[in-house]
Amino acid sequence: MQPQTRINVQTEDFDLAAEYDSARQHSANPGAIVCFSGLVRDIAHGVGQMPEQQTLTLEHYPGMTEQALFRIAEQTLARWPLQFIRVIHRVGTLGPTDQIVLVITTSAHRLAAFEAAEFIMDYLKTSAPFWKKQIAGNHSEWVASRESDYRAAERWSKSGEA
Amino acid sequence: MLTIQYFASVRETLGKSSEQINLPDDVSTVAELTEHLATRGDAWQLLLNSSLVLIAVNQSVADRSTRLLGSEEVAFFPPMTGG
Repeated sequence: MQPQTRINVQTEDFDLAAEYDSARQHSANPGAIVCFSGLVRDIAHGVGQMPEQQTLTLEHYPGMTEQALFRIAEQTLARWPLQFIRVIHRVGTLGPTDQIVLVITTSAHRLAAFEAAEFIMDYLKTSAPFWKKQIAGNHSEWVASRESDYRAAERWSKSGEA
Repeated sequence: MLTIQYFASVRETLGKSSEQINLPDDVSTVAELTEHLATRGDAWQLLLNSSLVLIAVNQSVADRSTRLLGSEEVAFFPPMTGG
């Protein structure tokens, strides 16, 4: 079975259990399945604002986003012996604790699945065209890119082949 | 026609999400396109700042020396913040 890549950019939420089952079915002989989900942090928590006032809006570049994610998946498959890659990234308006992103990797062994999932997330954060805007009450602000995210992505090119 | 798209904070600063223009005679690279657009006014100077504004040509990240023939899709946007 050739490794498959399934990528969706969507406003709808995702069901981790259903995606796990699907990943299991799409893998020939998985010894390891790594599932990562990213959630909206509750940034208003503890700074005196009502958490329910805070939302996060995700904008993206339709067309380029999917291409960028497929390119990341291709690089991942060239580097680790995977059986299946699943990426879902949500766009639109999300609230605290909502799910934003899902990455599932399956492989014969756990190390490849763990590293590949981490690699996908590190590259997704710096090279897929998504932008977050935080809205709290009547204040809104685009989230600034973080130097630490760039360092996280760069370490994969410095550390040589996995 | 060149299709130009603006995203996120760049779109908000410029008050424009997309446009189509004919490639001006004196523009043959992305850098020259940004210089051309920057003449529109103060807000448009933002496009000259390569650390605040990234560029894609035909939906792939490109640098400012990329050549333009006049039928490309060029996009300007801030550093990405997904995930």
